[in-house]
Amino acid sequence: MPLIVEKKPEVLITEDGIRTDGRGPLDLRPIKIQVGVLSRADGSAYLEWGGNRVLAAVYGPREVHPKHMALPDRALLRCRYNMAPFSTPERKRPGPDRRSVELSKVIREALLPSIFLERYPGTAIDVFVEILRSDAGTRVAGVTAASLALADAGIEMRGLVTAVAVGRVEDWVVVDPNHDEDQWGDADIPVAFLMEEKEITLLQLDGPMTQEQFDRALELASQAADLIYEVQKEALRRPYEAVRLEILRRGE
Amino acid sequence: MLDERIAAELVGGYIRELAASGQRKDGRAFDEIREIKIRPGTFTKAEGEAWVSLGATQVLVGVKADVGTPFPDTPDKGVLISNVELLPLASPTFEPGPPDENAIEMARVVDRALRGSNAIDMEALAIKSGELVYMIFLDMYALDHDGNIIDAFALGSLVALSRTKIPVVEVTEEGEMVVKEETFDLPLRDLPITFTFIKIGDALMLDPTLEEELVSDAAITISIDSSGRVCSIQKRHGSFRVDEIKRAVSIARSKYPEVEKILREQGGLV
Repeated sequence: MPLIVEKKPEVLITEDGIRTDGRGPLDLRPIKIQVGVLSRADGSAYLEWGGNRVLAAVYGPREVHPKHMALPDRALLRCRYNMAPFSTPERKRPGPDRRSVELSKVIREALLPSIFLERYPGTAIDVFVEILRSDAGTRVAGVTAASLALADAGIEMRGLVTAVAVGRVEDWVVVDPNHDEDQWGDADIPVAFLMEEKEITLLQLDGPMTQEQFDRALELASQAADLIYEVQKEALRRPYEAVRLEILRRGE
Repeated sequence: MLDERIAAELVGGYIRELAASGQRKDGRAFDEIREIKIRPGTFTKAEGEAWVSLGATQVLVGVKADVGTPFPDTPDKGVLISNVELLPLASPTFEPGPPDENAIEMARVVDRALRGSNAIDMEALAIKSGELVYMIFLDMYALDHDGNIIDAFALGSLVALSRTKIPVVEVTEEGEMVVKEETFDLPLRDLPITFTFIKIGDALMLDPTLEEELVSDAAITISIDSSGRVCSIQKRHGSFRVDEIKRAVSIARSKYPEVEKILREQGGLV
């Protein structure tokens, strides 16, 4: 029995478009990213997005186990999305459930088009996404962190993948739904873009929407992704910037 | 990536040579513990949590509280369930899947350290005799494995438990369960600290790195409570002589105040 009692807020969004966390419809929650946070992984990223806390790690290219899974002409990309038992209000039983199996698949397919897999034939690239704390939008947070972990691992890529969710609350299309909107809103649409070409590599929709609302949702997702992309690039540059400053300091 | 067992083979001779001359690869003394850091911030939805690093080893421990029926033989005691996840994210050798024997052993060793020292007041976790008690889930998550995860888990568990605030649950006369908004602190009465030693030749080393673990001949984990008593021991692989175990116990007891001080200062334990 959970020790948390959840209450639906009386108003999800006001007439002026103010949301339960005080944001306007187009506002993102704060995002903070750090790459290279784990010593053992070949690449890693830690991401805070609203109340979400996500760790992503990449191992590879490495030997494939079991061997028969190896592909002769390209790398095998594997992905595991997993929620920590303490990531949810009620303890989640450890291990994969049907939801995490599906999310592992859509995250893998969101990242797949961004990687030059043909450069690493016969190997495996393993991506692990651990949700330490969940607060709506964990899959898009996972994709955003995982893409940086791949880049941090030095894997050759076409570009970064950036993901964001948009949703519908009554007649409003809102960017980056929060917990209340995720729980009681009318529609939820996670989207991922390969930013170089603005190709969509993940798209799910859950809940009814008019064609107009859907078009607007994609437009808003694209704009929000542009903002998140800047945060990603900055996070990727930061460790090198630190090295550059250290060299300058020593030069003096 | 180079298989770590091959790497251990390559560096093993060097580590053994150093050990024979009283040295370690990272320059530490045999009884020196790597730097313990408790990361500030909130990372989970747990009722108590701690992100702890021991050198390059990192773990995240979360305590979740729930209610349920007590075990029939302990109707007036809460329930503690300890679980270790050796995530594949933490090491190239960890595989996805249910906890393996290593994970289960670690969880049970930490669990025994807590029980052996009566660290948690289990009687205070009963709500209604024989019917309703608090259940405490101690989930230990390995994030980055550079050796001695078990001591990192034990330290993380103490910090997480000491920070745990549980919603008050009451049972009305009609037998209905009510969850209150107010919370109470998990009653932590002792601080059992574990000390893991490995043996390389004749050398006993505290807090081994992964490389040291991989070349070690034997390993043992000893937990000490606040009054200096030994409250649990687990010999892991290999074998020790009696005098070596006695030495390990006395080193562990002598190191206790130092680690306790770090826990109190950094972890905010009272």
